[in-house]
Amino acid sequence: MALVELRNVSKTYHLGEEVIRALDDISLDIEHGEFISIIGPSGSGKSTLMHILGCLDSPTQGTINLDGVMIHAASPRQLAAIRNRKIGFVFQFFNLLPKLNVMQNVELPMIYSGIPGRERRQRAMAALEAVNLANRARHRPSQLSGGQQQRAAIARALVNNPRIVFADEPTGNLDSHTGDAILQLFRKLSQEGRTIILVTHDPEIAAVTPRRIEIRDGKIAAKADATLAGLDRSPRPAPMPAVQVPAQSPGSGC
Amino acid sequence: MQPAPQNSSPMSASNLAREGLGRSWQILVTVQSGLREIWAHKFRSLLTMLGIILGVSSLVAMSALVAGMEKGAKESLVAIGGLEKVRVEAQDVPIEQRHLTDDAIGITINDVYALRRSAPLVTRTSPEMRLWATVSAHDKKFRPWFCCGVWPVALEMNEHVIEYGRMFNELDDEMARSVCVIGTATRDKIWGSPEELGREVNPVGEILFINHVPFTVIGMFQHYESQRDRKERELAKAHPEQQKTGGVARNNRRRGSWVFYLKNATVYLPLNTVWMKFRSGATRAAISSGNGMAVGATGDPRLSGLEFKVASIDTLTEAIQQARNVLMCTHRGIEDFSFRTQEDWAEQIKTFVHNARLSGGLIAGISLLVGGIGIMNIMLASISERVREIGIRKSVGAGTGDIFIQILVESVVIAVLGGLVGLAASYALVYLIGQFSPTDNAPIVSLTALCLAFGASALIGVLAGIIPAVKAARLNPIEALKYE
Repeated sequence: MALVELRNVSKTYHLGEEVIRALDDISLDIEHGEFISIIGPSGSGKSTLMHILGCLDSPTQGTINLDGVMIHAASPRQLAAIRNRKIGFVFQFFNLLPKLNVMQNVELPMIYSGIPGRERRQRAMAALEAVNLANRARHRPSQLSGGQQQRAAIARALVNNPRIVFADEPTGNLDSHTGDAILQLFRKLSQEGRTIILVTHDPEIAAVTPRRIEIRDGKIAAKADATLAGLDRSPRPAPMPAVQVPAQSPGSGC
Repeated sequence: MQPAPQNSSPMSASNLAREGLGRSWQILVTVQSGLREIWAHKFRSLLTMLGIILGVSSLVAMSALVAGMEKGAKESLVAIGGLEKVRVEAQDVPIEQRHLTDDAIGITINDVYALRRSAPLVTRTSPEMRLWATVSAHDKKFRPWFCCGVWPVALEMNEHVIEYGRMFNELDDEMARSVCVIGTATRDKIWGSPEELGREVNPVGEILFINHVPFTVIGMFQHYESQRDRKERELAKAHPEQQKTGGVARNNRRRGSWVFYLKNATVYLPLNTVWMKFRSGATRAAISSGNGMAVGATGDPRLSGLEFKVASIDTLTEAIQQARNVLMCTHRGIEDFSFRTQEDWAEQIKTFVHNARLSGGLIAGISLLVGGIGIMNIMLASISERVREIGIRKSVGAGTGDIFIQILVESVVIAVLGGLVGLAASYALVYLIGQFSPTDNAPIVSLTALCLAFGASALIGVLAGIIPAVKAARLNPIEALKYE
């Protein structure tokens, strides 16, 4: 059985009179340990798909089986528990809490799963070590570089041992060099057996992953992008392209 | 690195079993993060707490003041003889009996005997014949408030205690001896007070002229004062260097504790002595009364009043009815007397305390309400500042309940901190009021008031937190994450 099974999932929004179909009859399987990218231009519905897969949103129609739980019918309370234990998020803007230090940020998911303080600290430290950030545990996010902040966010996403990690434009706010390092980190995690879903609008970043799903107008595009043709079913990840990724919105001065 | 996700599902049984323990941990962590939030906005939090601080301290101070006044009033009530005492005084005859005015005989010693004989609910009866007297000795004069002829029973009746010498007895009364028992006010004025002289004067054996008639002082009552006066006097004694200021303060306070002052300004003479020396023959009273019937060869037999005590306050009404029946009989149906009980006073004390509580409680309640609104306001502002934080917390698995509890706990923490500061402030406030207090009654801070005020602040925190907490908990995580 696949880790995630989407069947005929649709999501519609009502904007006044207009009905917007953000997702239109999507069916999709994701297996254990897959490293997938969901690509598409902005407004294509890829964020909506990620939100629904990540239990932040519910579909209007269709069924989703995530690790044996039918999440399309789950209550908000159950969805929160699933987000807590089965899902890790990595965001474009890192989304660390500025008032907490790195350690406390990483501990946050475990607070909501009710893990006692000592174990929380041990596991948070282990997760920070895994992303090579143990020496920054007592720093505030504002004292870290963008790459370090993103690594802290990855540690937070991993600390509760999730079934799936979602990364929403994880390199979007980093310079190309740091971005590459973060992508390498994801690849390493993938090789360790994690299921990772990378959401991006950038085909070059998507090229890192063995499998790509392109969303266009709320549907899975029939054919993969021309630049990616032939890579669609390759068993191993493509080698990192040596092309310079144009730096987008250099917000966090790395 | 952690084990691969396939090996250990986070939804394992041990994890679920930990849930119960985790909740209590979580509250601690939440309180911690609430405190951190308050510490991050120190000034804002202080301003927010101010309403609660003022509300709590005014609630405690108000109840302390009222409790002090109530205690003082009750002390005074006991000092004048307690609730069981009833005074019978002469009164103009009612309008339908006006034509019988000449037959009205007034309150006489016969009434005392009749009450003793025929009113079993009355336990003790004491006649009094009041004298408008000036006492003098050593070229010093004093007008005691209460100079009257009584039976020895008046000692118990009015809760007097002899300090020096003795009370006159039945024999002194029978023989109409020229003896008197005085209170400390008279002693202070004629022979000097201990504060002035630095030592206690014992006036027993001295000669005192009452309306120019010489009397021997055979006893003196103890000095009556409220408990607070006594404490301050003892304090002044312990610290002699402060004695001067203490003495001044005490003179000021005398006006406040007038009940005790009046009790100290008492002079008791044997009833028969007063009758023989001041009422018989052509005294002022006999002439001015113009009542030929009553004024015989032995003078005016009328008493200025009589007092009786009943066994218990429960039978007060019945006892008064009994006494009325007896007196109606001796007065041949003419109602030229009236009863005065301390119940009116007790009732007044009760009403006053009730009103003071109500108005003070209202003010404190409004202040607490305003404080609560302030907390709600700041919590609403705080959550709209922290929409993104709430979104992040939800994305890592905080449920609606977790966010609700977090905001509620923050609100309660602010209120409870405010309440604690308010309790401390209330002591300062009570001290300040004590310094400027116009009354004689030291405020009493009661544990009940402290608990009540603290509980109220916690409750306000909960109530003020509900709306912001619901608002925060309902935030859509996707929109909250997009929020800048």
